[in-house]
Amino acid sequence: MDKYSLPLKIFLYFSIFIFFIFILLPFVEMFYASLRPLKHLFRSPYQFYSDDLSFWAYREMWNTVPLLGRYIFNSFFMAITVTFFTLVFVIPAAYSYARFNFPFKQGSLWVLLAVNMFSGAVLLIPLFKLLRTFDLLNTYFAMIVPGIAFCIPTSIWLLKAYFEKIPVELEEAAYVDGASRIDILTKIIAPLSTPGIVVTAIYAFIQAYAQQFLFAITFNSIREYMPIVSGLTEFIGYQSVKWNEMMAASIVGVFPVLIVFVFLQKYIVEGLTAGAVKN
Amino acid sequence: MKNSSRLVSFNSPTFLAYALIAPAVVYLLCIVGWPLFETFRLSFTNASIAGEEYVGFENYEKLLASSKFSKIAIRTFVWTFFSVLLKLILGMIGAVLLNASLRGRTFFRILVLPPWVVPIAIGALGWMWVYNGHFGILSGIGIRLGLLDGPFSFLAYKNSAFIATMVTDVWVGTPFVTLFFLAGMQAVSKDLYEAAYCDGAGRFRRFYHITLPQITPVIISMSLISAVATFVSFDIIFIMTEGGPRGATTTLIIDTYKMALGNYKFGRGSARAVMIVLMITTFAVLYFYLLSRINKKVSHG
Repeated sequence: MDKYSLPLKIFLYFSIFIFFIFILLPFVEMFYASLRPLKHLFRSPYQFYSDDLSFWAYREMWNTVPLLGRYIFNSFFMAITVTFFTLVFVIPAAYSYARFNFPFKQGSLWVLLAVNMFSGAVLLIPLFKLLRTFDLLNTYFAMIVPGIAFCIPTSIWLLKAYFEKIPVELEEAAYVDGASRIDILTKIIAPLSTPGIVVTAIYAFIQAYAQQFLFAITFNSIREYMPIVSGLTEFIGYQSVKWNEMMAASIVGVFPVLIVFVFLQKYIVEGLTAGAVKN
Repeated sequence: MKNSSRLVSFNSPTFLAYALIAPAVVYLLCIVGWPLFETFRLSFTNASIAGEEYVGFENYEKLLASSKFSKIAIRTFVWTFFSVLLKLILGMIGAVLLNASLRGRTFFRILVLPPWVVPIAIGALGWMWVYNGHFGILSGIGIRLGLLDGPFSFLAYKNSAFIATMVTDVWVGTPFVTLFFLAGMQAVSKDLYEAAYCDGAGRFRRFYHITLPQITPVIISMSLISAVATFVSFDIIFIMTEGGPRGATTTLIIDTYKMALGNYKFGRGSARAVMIVLMITTFAVLYFYLLSRINKKVSHG
Protein backbone atom coordinates (compact mmCIF):
# COMPACT_ATOMS: atom_id res chain seq x y z
CA MET A 1 0.00 0.00 0.00
CA ASP A 2 1.09 3.57 -0.55
CA LYS A 3 2.95 5.31 2.26
CA TYR A 4 2.10 8.77 3.56
CA SER A 5 4.10 11.52 1.96
CA LEU A 6 5.67 14.02 4.34
CA PRO A 7 3.24 16.89 3.60
CA LEU A 8 0.31 14.51 4.07
CA LYS A 9 1.76 13.32 7.35
CA ILE A 10 2.15 16.90 8.56
CA PHE A 11 -1.40 17.66 7.45
CA LEU A 12 -2.75 14.61 9.32
CA TYR A 13 -0.93 15.49 12.55
CA PHE A 14 -2.08 19.08 12.24
CA SER A 15 -5.69 17.94 11.77
CA ILE A 16 -5.41 15.63 14.77
CA PHE A 17 -4.09 18.56 16.77
CA ILE A 18 -7.08 20.74 15.79
CA PHE A 19 -9.49 17.89 16.53
CA PHE A 20 -8.06 17.43 20.00
CA ILE A 21 -8.18 21.15 20.76
CA PHE A 22 -11.93 20.79 20.45
CA ILE A 23 -12.11 17.54 22.45
CA LEU A 24 -9.82 18.63 25.28
CA LEU A 25 -10.44 22.38 25.45
CA PRO A 26 -12.90 22.34 28.38
CA PHE A 27 -10.71 19.96 30.39
CA VAL A 28 -7.58 22.01 29.85
CA GLU A 29 -9.45 25.20 30.73
CA MET A 30 -10.93 23.57 33.84
CA PHE A 31 -7.55 22.39 35.02
CA TYR A 32 -5.93 25.72 34.24
CA ALA A 33 -8.69 27.63 36.03
CA SER A 34 -8.29 25.37 39.07
CA LEU A 35 -4.63 26.39 39.34
CA ARG A 36 -5.16 30.15 39.09
CA PRO A 37 -5.99 32.40 42.03
CA LEU A 38 -9.55 33.71 41.99
CA LYS A 39 -8.52 37.32 41.54
CA HIS A 40 -6.51 36.42 38.43
CA LEU A 41 -9.54 34.64 36.99
CA PHE A 42 -11.61 37.74 37.48
CA ARG A 43 -9.16 40.04 35.75
CA SER A 44 -10.60 41.86 32.82
CA PRO A 45 -9.64 41.98 29.99
CA TYR A 46 -8.98 38.26 29.74
CA GLN A 47 -5.43 37.14 30.46
CA PHE A 48 -4.00 33.97 29.05
CA TYR A 49 -1.38 33.58 31.77
CA SER A 50 -1.03 33.79 35.52
CA ASP A 51 2.25 34.10 37.32
CA ASP A 52 1.40 32.30 40.55
CA LEU A 53 -0.19 28.99 39.68
CA SER A 54 -0.81 26.76 42.68
CA PHE A 55 -2.85 23.88 43.98
CA TRP A 56 -4.31 26.14 46.66
CA ALA A 57 -7.88 25.67 45.39
CA TYR A 58 -7.56 21.91 45.89
CA ARG A 59 -7.00 22.52 49.61
CA GLU A 60 -9.42 25.39 50.08
CA MET A 61 -12.40 23.69 48.39
CA TRP A 62 -12.86 21.30 51.32
CA ASN A 63 -13.41 24.35 53.59
CA THR A 64 -15.72 26.20 51.21
CA VAL A 65 -17.98 23.19 50.81
CA PRO A 66 -17.56 21.11 53.95
CA LEU A 67 -19.64 18.23 52.59
CA LEU A 68 -17.56 17.88 49.43
CA GLY A 69 -15.97 14.61 50.55
CA ARG A 70 -19.40 13.28 51.37
CA TYR A 71 -20.67 14.19 47.88
CA ILE A 72 -17.80 12.39 46.20
CA PHE A 73 -18.41 9.39 48.44
CA ASN A 74 -22.13 9.48 47.59
CA SER A 75 -21.44 9.50 43.87
CA PHE A 76 -19.03 6.62 44.17
CA PHE A 77 -21.24 4.65 46.53
CA MET A 78 -24.36 5.03 44.40
CA ALA A 79 -22.54 4.18 41.17
CA ILE A 80 -21.05 1.05 42.76
CA THR A 81 -24.44 -0.02 44.10
CA VAL A 82 -26.12 0.53 40.75
CA THR A 83 -23.34 -1.45 39.06
CA PHE A 84 -23.70 -4.33 41.50
CA PHE A 85 -27.46 -4.68 41.10
CA THR A 86 -27.24 -4.19 37.35
CA LEU A 87 -24.90 -7.17 37.19
CA VAL A 88 -27.20 -9.23 39.40
CA PHE A 89 -30.04 -8.65 36.93
CA VAL A 90 -28.01 -8.76 33.77
CA ILE A 91 -25.73 -11.80 34.10
CA PRO A 92 -28.51 -14.41 34.14
CA ALA A 93 -30.56 -12.55 31.54
CA ALA A 94 -27.64 -12.14 29.14
CA TYR A 95 -26.69 -15.79 29.58
CA SER A 96 -30.23 -16.83 28.78
CA TYR A 97 -30.33 -14.65 25.65
CA ALA A 98 -26.97 -15.95 24.48
CA ARG A 99 -27.67 -19.63 24.98
CA PHE A 100 -31.35 -20.46 24.69
CA ASN A 101 -34.01 -20.14 22.06
CA PHE A 102 -37.43 -19.26 23.34
CA PRO A 103 -40.59 -17.55 22.11
CA PHE A 104 -40.39 -13.71 21.99
CA LYS A 105 -36.61 -13.80 22.22
CA GLN A 106 -35.89 -11.39 19.34
CA GLY A 107 -38.92 -9.28 20.16
CA SER A 108 -37.93 -8.77 23.77
CA LEU A 109 -34.38 -7.86 22.72
CA TRP A 110 -35.75 -5.07 20.53
CA VAL A 111 -37.97 -3.91 23.36
CA LEU A 112 -34.85 -3.68 25.52
CA LEU A 113 -33.29 -1.40 22.92
CA ALA A 114 -36.43 0.68 22.96
CA VAL A 115 -36.14 1.12 26.73
CA ASN A 116 -32.78 2.67 26.02
CA MET A 117 -34.43 5.27 23.89
CA PHE A 118 -36.67 6.63 26.61
CA SER A 119 -34.21 8.57 28.63
CA GLY A 120 -35.11 8.93 32.26
CA ALA A 121 -36.30 12.48 31.69
CA VAL A 122 -39.39 11.32 29.81
CA LEU A 123 -40.55 9.10 32.66
CA LEU A 124 -39.77 11.45 35.54
CA ILE A 125 -43.36 12.29 36.47
CA PRO A 126 -44.60 8.75 37.20
CA LEU A 127 -41.23 7.82 38.65
CA PHE A 128 -41.59 10.74 41.01
CA LYS A 129 -45.03 9.49 42.04
CA LEU A 130 -43.82 5.90 42.29
CA LEU A 131 -40.93 6.84 44.54
CA ARG A 132 -43.21 9.03 46.63
CA THR A 133 -45.69 6.17 47.07
CA PHE A 134 -42.96 3.91 48.42
CA ASP A 135 -41.56 6.75 50.52
CA LEU A 136 -38.23 6.59 48.73
CA LEU A 137 -37.93 10.27 47.79
CA ASN A 138 -34.95 11.94 49.42
CA THR A 139 -33.05 8.72 50.02
CA TYR A 140 -30.17 7.02 48.25
CA PHE A 141 -32.71 4.66 46.72
CA ALA A 142 -34.42 7.52 44.88
CA MET A 143 -31.30 7.77 42.74
CA ILE A 144 -30.27 4.10 42.75
CA VAL A 145 -33.59 2.46 41.80
CA PRO A 146 -34.15 4.32 38.51
CA GLY A 147 -30.40 4.25 37.85
CA ILE A 148 -30.35 0.47 37.70
CA ALA A 149 -33.25 0.33 35.25
CA PHE A 150 -31.50 2.50 32.67
CA CYS A 151 -28.26 0.54 32.92
CA ILE A 152 -29.88 -2.85 32.32
CA PRO A 153 -30.74 -2.78 28.57
CA THR A 154 -27.34 -1.89 27.12
CA SER A 155 -25.61 -4.10 29.66
CA ILE A 156 -27.65 -7.10 28.52
CA TRP A 157 -26.69 -6.44 24.89
CA LEU A 158 -23.02 -6.05 25.82
CA LEU A 159 -22.78 -9.17 27.92
CA LYS A 160 -24.86 -11.26 25.53
CA ALA A 161 -22.30 -10.59 22.79
CA TYR A 162 -19.60 -11.83 25.17
CA PHE A 163 -21.38 -15.01 26.21
CA GLU A 164 -22.00 -15.80 22.56
CA LYS A 165 -18.27 -15.87 21.93
CA ILE A 166 -17.79 -18.75 24.38
CA PRO A 167 -18.24 -21.94 22.34
CA VAL A 168 -21.37 -23.74 23.40
CA GLU A 169 -19.57 -27.06 22.73
CA LEU A 170 -17.60 -26.54 25.94
CA GLU A 171 -20.81 -26.51 27.93
CA GLU A 172 -22.36 -29.36 25.97
CA ALA A 173 -19.32 -31.54 26.53
CA ALA A 174 -19.45 -30.91 30.25
CA TYR A 175 -23.19 -31.50 30.28
CA VAL A 176 -22.84 -34.81 28.46
CA ASP A 177 -20.19 -35.78 30.96
CA GLY A 178 -22.78 -35.28 33.68
CA ALA A 179 -21.92 -31.83 35.04
CA SER A 180 -24.88 -29.96 36.52
CA ARG A 181 -25.92 -26.52 35.29
CA ILE A 182 -24.54 -24.99 38.45
CA ASP A 183 -21.19 -26.63 37.79
CA ILE A 184 -21.21 -25.37 34.22
CA LEU A 185 -22.00 -21.83 35.31
CA THR A 186 -19.43 -21.65 38.07
CA LYS A 187 -16.63 -23.73 36.56
CA ILE A 188 -16.85 -22.95 32.84
CA ILE A 189 -18.87 -19.84 32.17
CA ALA A 190 -17.78 -17.68 35.08
CA PRO A 191 -14.02 -17.92 34.52
CA LEU A 192 -14.28 -17.59 30.74
CA SER A 193 -16.62 -14.61 30.82
CA THR A 194 -14.79 -12.55 33.45
CA PRO A 195 -13.48 -10.04 30.89
CA GLY A 196 -17.00 -9.55 29.53
CA ILE A 197 -18.45 -9.06 32.98
CA VAL A 198 -15.71 -6.54 33.74
CA VAL A 199 -16.52 -4.55 30.60
CA THR A 200 -20.21 -4.58 31.45
CA ALA A 201 -19.45 -3.46 34.99
CA ILE A 202 -17.31 -0.57 33.73
CA TYR A 203 -20.01 0.47 31.33
CA ALA A 204 -22.64 0.37 34.07
CA PHE A 205 -20.40 2.30 36.45
CA ILE A 206 -19.69 5.10 33.95
CA GLN A 207 -23.35 5.27 32.97
CA ALA A 208 -24.49 5.28 36.60
CA TYR A 209 -22.01 8.00 37.50
CA ALA A 210 -23.11 10.15 34.57
CA GLN A 211 -26.88 9.91 34.99
CA GLN A 212 -26.93 10.86 38.67
CA PHE A 213 -27.52 14.53 37.97
CA LEU A 214 -31.07 14.22 36.66
CA PHE A 215 -32.25 11.86 39.38
CA ALA A 216 -30.51 13.86 42.09
CA ILE A 217 -32.08 17.21 41.22
CA THR A 218 -35.51 15.63 40.78
CA PHE A 219 -35.83 13.02 43.49
CA ASN A 220 -33.56 14.24 46.24
CA SER A 221 -33.39 17.47 48.17
CA ILE A 222 -31.33 16.31 51.15
CA ARG A 223 -27.78 17.62 51.07
CA GLU A 224 -26.26 14.60 52.79
CA TYR A 225 -27.32 12.31 49.92
CA MET A 226 -26.31 14.56 47.03
CA PRO A 227 -23.86 13.25 44.42
CA ILE A 228 -20.90 15.39 43.40
CA VAL A 229 -22.49 16.61 40.15
CA SER A 230 -25.24 18.45 42.00
CA GLY A 231 -23.06 19.26 45.03
CA LEU A 232 -20.85 21.38 42.79
CA THR A 233 -23.53 24.06 42.65
CA GLU A 234 -22.62 24.96 46.23
CA PHE A 235 -19.55 26.79 44.97
CA ILE A 236 -21.98 29.29 43.51
CA GLY A 237 -22.36 31.69 46.42
CA TYR A 238 -24.54 34.74 46.95
CA GLN A 239 -21.70 37.11 46.16
CA SER A 240 -19.53 35.33 43.64
CA VAL A 241 -18.80 31.97 42.09
CA LYS A 242 -15.61 30.34 43.33
CA TRP A 243 -14.78 29.09 39.87
CA ASN A 244 -11.28 27.89 40.64
CA GLU A 245 -12.47 25.72 43.54
CA MET A 246 -15.47 24.50 41.58
CA MET A 247 -13.18 23.40 38.76
CA ALA A 248 -10.79 21.75 41.22
CA ALA A 249 -13.69 19.89 42.82
CA SER A 250 -14.98 18.81 39.40
CA ILE A 251 -11.61 17.35 38.54
CA VAL A 252 -11.35 15.53 41.86
CA GLY A 253 -14.97 14.43 41.47
CA VAL A 254 -14.43 12.71 38.13
CA PHE A 255 -11.27 11.05 39.35
CA PRO A 256 -12.93 7.71 40.19
CA VAL A 257 -14.35 7.44 36.69
CA LEU A 258 -11.14 8.53 35.02
CA ILE A 259 -9.09 5.98 36.97
CA VAL A 260 -11.47 3.19 36.03
CA PHE A 261 -11.37 4.39 32.45
CA VAL A 262 -7.61 4.77 32.07
CA PHE A 263 -6.85 1.33 33.42
CA LEU A 264 -9.54 -0.48 31.52
CA GLN A 265 -9.94 1.62 28.35
CA LYS A 266 -8.77 -1.18 26.09
CA TYR A 267 -11.56 -3.49 27.22
CA ILE A 268 -14.18 -0.74 27.01
CA VAL A 269 -13.39 0.08 23.41
CA GLU A 270 -13.31 -3.57 22.35
CA GLY A 271 -16.38 -4.53 24.32
CA LEU A 272 -18.55 -1.64 23.21
CA THR A 273 -17.80 -1.97 19.55
CA ALA A 274 -17.70 -5.77 19.24
CA GLY A 275 -21.45 -6.21 19.13
CA ALA A 276 -22.14 -3.12 17.05
CA VAL A 277 -19.88 -3.98 14.19
CA LYS A 278 -21.04 -7.56 13.98
CA ASN A 279 -24.65 -6.50 13.67
CA MET B 1 -28.90 -41.75 21.78
CA LYS B 2 -29.20 -40.83 25.38
CA ASN B 3 -26.62 -38.13 24.90
CA SER B 4 -28.36 -36.45 22.00
CA SER B 5 -31.66 -36.26 23.84
CA ARG B 6 -29.82 -34.69 26.73
CA LEU B 7 -28.44 -32.12 24.31
CA VAL B 8 -31.90 -31.18 23.06
CA SER B 9 -33.06 -30.51 26.58
CA PHE B 10 -29.83 -28.61 27.15
CA ASN B 11 -30.47 -26.16 24.35
CA SER B 12 -34.17 -25.48 24.71
CA PRO B 13 -35.27 -25.43 28.31
CA THR B 14 -37.81 -22.67 27.86
CA PHE B 15 -38.71 -22.51 31.51
CA LEU B 16 -35.11 -22.00 32.62
CA ALA B 17 -34.60 -19.39 29.91
CA TYR B 18 -37.56 -17.38 31.12
CA ALA B 19 -36.59 -17.81 34.76
CA LEU B 20 -33.19 -16.31 34.02
CA ILE B 21 -34.50 -13.21 32.27
CA ALA B 22 -37.46 -12.79 34.62
CA PRO B 23 -35.78 -10.63 37.29
CA ALA B 24 -34.52 -8.09 34.74
CA VAL B 25 -37.83 -8.04 32.88
CA VAL B 26 -39.91 -7.62 36.03
CA TYR B 27 -37.66 -4.83 37.23
CA LEU B 28 -37.91 -2.99 33.91
CA LEU B 29 -41.67 -3.45 33.85
CA CYS B 30 -41.90 -1.76 37.25
CA ILE B 31 -39.43 1.08 36.66
CA VAL B 32 -39.93 1.75 32.95
CA GLY B 33 -43.06 -0.07 31.76
CA TRP B 34 -45.46 1.05 34.44
CA PRO B 35 -44.26 4.68 34.41
CA LEU B 36 -44.68 4.73 30.64
CA PHE B 37 -48.26 3.51 30.97
CA GLU B 38 -48.86 5.94 33.82
CA THR B 39 -47.56 8.83 31.70
CA PHE B 40 -50.19 8.02 29.09
CA ARG B 41 -52.92 7.83 31.73
CA LEU B 42 -51.87 11.05 33.46
CA SER B 43 -51.80 12.91 30.16
CA PHE B 44 -55.62 12.64 30.11
CA THR B 45 -55.95 14.15 33.59
CA ASN B 46 -55.26 17.48 35.20
CA ALA B 47 -53.09 15.81 37.85
CA SER B 48 -51.11 18.04 40.17
CA ILE B 49 -49.94 17.88 43.77
CA ALA B 50 -53.56 18.49 44.83
CA GLY B 51 -55.12 15.53 43.02
CA GLU B 52 -56.28 14.45 39.61
CA GLU B 53 -59.40 14.44 37.49
CA TYR B 54 -60.07 13.00 34.06
CA VAL B 55 -60.15 15.75 31.44
CA GLY B 56 -60.07 13.82 28.16
CA PHE B 57 -58.00 15.31 25.38
CA GLU B 58 -57.91 18.78 26.91
CA ASN B 59 -54.14 18.75 27.53
CA TYR B 60 -53.44 17.70 23.96
CA GLU B 61 -55.88 20.21 22.50
CA LYS B 62 -54.17 22.98 24.45
CA LEU B 63 -50.75 21.76 23.37
CA LEU B 64 -51.53 21.52 19.69
CA ALA B 65 -53.33 24.85 19.69
CA SER B 66 -50.50 26.72 21.39
CA SER B 67 -48.04 28.39 19.06
CA LYS B 68 -45.45 28.24 21.83
CA PHE B 69 -45.41 24.45 21.75
CA SER B 70 -44.97 24.23 17.99
CA LYS B 71 -42.17 26.76 18.27
CA ILE B 72 -40.46 24.63 20.91
CA ALA B 73 -40.95 21.50 18.81
CA ILE B 74 -39.42 23.13 15.74
CA ARG B 75 -36.56 24.48 17.84
CA THR B 76 -35.91 20.99 19.21
CA PHE B 77 -35.83 19.52 15.71
CA VAL B 78 -33.44 22.19 14.45
CA TRP B 79 -31.19 21.78 17.48
CA THR B 80 -31.21 18.00 17.11
CA PHE B 81 -30.68 18.03 13.35
CA PHE B 82 -27.62 20.25 13.36
CA SER B 83 -26.17 18.64 16.44
CA VAL B 84 -26.44 15.15 14.94
CA LEU B 85 -25.13 16.33 11.59
CA LEU B 86 -22.08 17.88 13.24
CA LYS B 87 -21.52 14.78 15.37
CA LEU B 88 -21.53 12.60 12.27
CA ILE B 89 -19.20 14.88 10.32
CA LEU B 90 -16.77 15.34 13.19
CA GLY B 91 -17.05 11.66 14.11
CA MET B 92 -16.17 10.70 10.55
CA ILE B 93 -13.22 13.11 10.42
CA GLY B 94 -12.07 11.85 13.82
CA ALA B 95 -12.36 8.21 12.78
CA VAL B 96 -10.42 8.79 9.55
CA LEU B 97 -7.69 10.60 11.49
CA LEU B 98 -7.47 7.93 14.19
CA ASN B 99 -7.53 5.18 11.57
CA ALA B 100 -4.47 6.57 9.77
CA SER B 101 -1.40 4.49 10.51
CA LEU B 102 0.48 7.19 12.34
CA ARG B 103 2.72 6.96 15.36
CA GLY B 104 0.77 7.58 18.56
CA ARG B 105 -2.62 6.49 17.27
CA THR B 106 -3.25 4.10 20.17
CA PHE B 107 -2.76 7.05 22.48
CA PHE B 108 -5.02 9.29 20.38
CA ARG B 109 -7.76 6.68 20.52
CA ILE B 110 -7.75 6.81 24.30
CA LEU B 111 -7.52 10.58 24.38
CA VAL B 112 -10.70 11.01 22.34
CA LEU B 113 -12.97 9.38 24.90
CA PRO B 114 -12.97 11.63 27.99
CA PRO B 115 -15.94 13.79 26.91
CA TRP B 116 -18.01 10.61 26.81
CA VAL B 117 -16.63 9.15 30.04
CA VAL B 118 -16.90 12.25 32.20
CA PRO B 119 -20.41 13.00 33.51
CA ILE B 120 -22.17 15.42 31.16
CA ALA B 121 -22.90 17.76 34.06
CA ILE B 122 -19.18 18.28 34.66
CA GLY B 123 -18.35 18.70 30.98
CA ALA B 124 -21.09 21.32 30.82
CA LEU B 125 -19.47 23.21 33.70
CA GLY B 126 -16.19 23.26 31.79
CA TRP B 127 -17.91 24.69 28.73
CA MET B 128 -19.69 27.31 30.83
CA TRP B 129 -16.29 28.52 31.85
CA VAL B 130 -15.07 28.52 28.24
CA TYR B 131 -18.16 30.52 27.18
CA ASN B 132 -17.92 32.99 30.06
CA GLY B 133 -17.88 36.56 28.78
CA HIS B 134 -15.38 38.17 31.11
CA PHE B 135 -13.14 35.28 32.05
CA GLY B 136 -13.61 32.69 29.30
CA ILE B 137 -10.99 31.84 26.72
CA LEU B 138 -13.29 32.17 23.69
CA SER B 139 -14.24 35.73 24.49
CA GLY B 140 -10.61 36.43 25.39
CA ILE B 141 -9.33 35.17 22.04
CA GLY B 142 -12.11 37.03 20.23
CA ILE B 143 -11.11 40.30 21.83
CA ARG B 144 -7.40 39.68 21.21
CA LEU B 145 -8.05 39.00 17.53
CA GLY B 146 -10.33 42.00 17.26
CA LEU B 147 -13.39 39.91 16.41
CA LEU B 148 -15.22 41.15 19.49
CA ASP B 149 -15.44 44.71 20.77
CA GLY B 150 -15.62 43.67 24.39
CA PRO B 151 -16.47 40.76 26.67
CA PHE B 152 -19.11 38.59 25.03
CA SER B 153 -21.13 36.15 27.15
CA PHE B 154 -22.02 33.38 24.75
CA LEU B 155 -24.81 32.07 26.95
CA ALA B 156 -26.50 35.44 27.44
CA TYR B 157 -27.82 36.01 23.92
CA LYS B 158 -30.44 34.00 22.08
CA ASN B 159 -28.58 32.88 18.98
CA SER B 160 -25.19 32.40 20.57
CA ALA B 161 -26.70 30.42 23.46
CA PHE B 162 -28.52 28.17 20.99
CA ILE B 163 -25.29 27.47 19.12
CA ALA B 164 -23.18 27.22 22.29
CA THR B 165 -25.37 24.54 23.87
CA MET B 166 -25.42 22.71 20.54
CA VAL B 167 -21.62 22.76 20.31
CA THR B 168 -21.41 21.33 23.82
CA ASP B 169 -23.84 18.57 22.85
CA VAL B 170 -21.73 17.83 19.77
CA TRP B 171 -18.69 17.65 22.01
CA VAL B 172 -20.39 15.13 24.31
CA GLY B 173 -21.57 12.94 21.42
CA THR B 174 -18.59 13.04 19.07
CA PRO B 175 -16.29 10.54 20.88
CA PHE B 176 -18.95 7.84 20.83
CA VAL B 177 -19.62 8.32 17.12
CA THR B 178 -15.88 8.42 16.38
CA LEU B 179 -15.36 5.20 18.29
CA PHE B 180 -18.04 3.31 16.38
CA PHE B 181 -17.03 4.68 12.97
CA LEU B 182 -13.45 3.69 13.74
CA ALA B 183 -14.52 0.19 14.72
CA GLY B 184 -16.54 -0.04 11.52
CA MET B 185 -13.56 1.04 9.41
CA GLN B 186 -11.30 -1.51 11.04
CA ALA B 187 -13.76 -4.30 10.32
CA VAL B 188 -13.53 -3.61 6.58
CA SER B 189 -11.42 -6.30 4.89
CA LYS B 190 -7.90 -5.16 4.02
CA ASP B 191 -8.08 -7.16 0.77
CA LEU B 192 -10.60 -4.71 -0.65
CA TYR B 193 -8.21 -1.80 -0.17
CA GLU B 194 -5.26 -3.71 -1.58
CA ALA B 195 -7.20 -4.76 -4.66
CA ALA B 196 -8.34 -1.18 -5.24
CA TYR B 197 -4.78 0.07 -4.69
CA CYS B 198 -3.47 -2.36 -7.30
CA ASP B 199 -6.12 -1.08 -9.69
CA GLY B 200 -4.77 2.40 -9.16
CA ALA B 201 -7.47 3.90 -6.94
CA GLY B 202 -6.27 6.86 -4.88
CA ARG B 203 -7.06 7.55 -1.21
CA PHE B 204 -10.19 9.52 -1.84
CA ARG B 205 -11.60 7.02 -4.29
CA ARG B 206 -10.86 4.18 -1.90
CA PHE B 207 -12.61 6.07 0.88
CA TYR B 208 -15.61 6.92 -1.28
CA HIS B 209 -16.02 3.56 -3.01
CA ILE B 210 -14.95 1.16 -0.27
CA THR B 211 -15.00 2.71 3.22
CA LEU B 212 -18.24 4.65 2.96
CA PRO B 213 -20.43 1.86 1.50
CA GLN B 214 -18.91 -0.69 3.88
CA ILE B 215 -19.68 1.30 7.00
CA THR B 216 -23.09 2.57 5.87
CA PRO B 217 -24.91 0.34 8.42
CA VAL B 218 -22.80 1.83 11.22
CA ILE B 219 -23.47 5.35 9.94
CA ILE B 220 -27.22 4.73 9.90
CA SER B 221 -27.39 3.18 13.34
CA MET B 222 -25.17 5.93 14.77
CA SER B 223 -27.24 8.72 13.24
CA LEU B 224 -30.43 7.35 14.72
CA ILE B 225 -28.97 6.51 18.12
CA SER B 226 -27.49 10.03 18.25
CA ALA B 227 -30.76 11.56 17.09
CA VAL B 228 -32.70 9.94 19.91
CA ALA B 229 -30.11 10.82 22.54
CA THR B 230 -29.86 14.42 21.30
CA PHE B 231 -33.61 14.84 21.12
CA VAL B 232 -33.94 14.19 24.86
CA SER B 233 -30.62 15.76 25.86
CA PHE B 234 -31.30 17.36 29.22
CA ASP B 235 -28.24 17.98 31.41
CA ILE B 236 -26.38 20.31 29.08
CA ILE B 237 -29.16 22.82 28.52
CA PHE B 238 -30.50 22.60 32.04
CA ILE B 239 -27.11 23.36 33.57
CA MET B 240 -25.85 25.92 31.07
CA THR B 241 -28.95 28.03 30.39
CA GLU B 242 -31.98 26.42 32.06
CA GLY B 243 -33.69 26.90 28.70
CA GLY B 244 -32.94 30.60 28.50
CA PRO B 245 -32.20 33.33 27.59
CA ARG B 246 -35.90 34.09 27.05
CA GLY B 247 -36.62 30.51 26.04
CA ALA B 248 -34.04 30.42 23.24
CA THR B 249 -32.71 27.01 24.30
CA THR B 250 -35.94 25.54 25.67
CA THR B 251 -36.31 22.16 23.98
CA LEU B 252 -39.21 19.75 24.41
CA ILE B 253 -37.56 17.88 27.26
CA ILE B 254 -36.71 21.08 29.15
CA ASP B 255 -40.24 22.37 28.63
CA THR B 256 -41.67 19.07 29.89
CA TYR B 257 -39.44 19.08 32.93
CA LYS B 258 -40.32 22.63 33.87
CA MET B 259 -44.03 22.08 33.38
CA ALA B 260 -44.11 18.84 35.35
CA LEU B 261 -41.58 19.26 38.11
CA GLY B 262 -41.15 23.02 38.21
CA ASN B 263 -44.86 23.82 38.31
CA TYR B 264 -46.09 20.38 39.48
CA LYS B 265 -48.57 20.26 36.59
CA PHE B 266 -48.24 16.50 36.15
CA GLY B 267 -51.11 16.17 33.68
CA ARG B 268 -49.93 18.83 31.25
CA GLY B 269 -46.34 17.68 31.67
CA SER B 270 -47.38 14.11 30.89
CA ALA B 271 -49.08 15.19 27.66
CA ARG B 272 -45.77 16.74 26.66
CA ALA B 273 -43.87 13.60 27.64
CA VAL B 274 -46.26 11.51 25.54
CA MET B 275 -45.60 13.75 22.54
CA ILE B 276 -41.87 13.16 23.03
CA VAL B 277 -42.43 9.40 23.29
CA LEU B 278 -44.45 9.46 20.06
CA MET B 279 -41.71 11.37 18.28
CA ILE B 280 -39.01 9.02 19.58
CA THR B 281 -41.10 6.05 18.51
CA THR B 282 -41.26 7.51 15.02
CA PHE B 283 -37.48 7.73 15.05
CA ALA B 284 -37.24 4.16 16.24
CA VAL B 285 -39.60 2.80 13.60
CA LEU B 286 -37.63 4.63 10.95
CA TYR B 287 -34.45 3.21 12.41
CA PHE B 288 -35.57 -0.41 12.29
CA TYR B 289 -37.09 0.07 8.83
CA LEU B 290 -33.86 1.47 7.40
CA LEU B 291 -31.77 -1.10 9.22
CA SER B 292 -33.77 -4.04 7.91
CA ARG B 293 -33.68 -2.68 4.36
CA ILE B 294 -29.94 -2.26 4.51
CA ASN B 295 -29.44 -5.69 6.03
CA LYS B 296 -31.46 -7.16 3.17
CA LYS B 297 -29.37 -5.31 0.62
CA VAL B 298 -26.14 -6.46 2.20
CA SER B 299 -27.21 -10.08 2.52
CA HIS B 300 -28.47 -10.21 -1.05
CA GLY B 301 -25.05 -9.20 -2.27
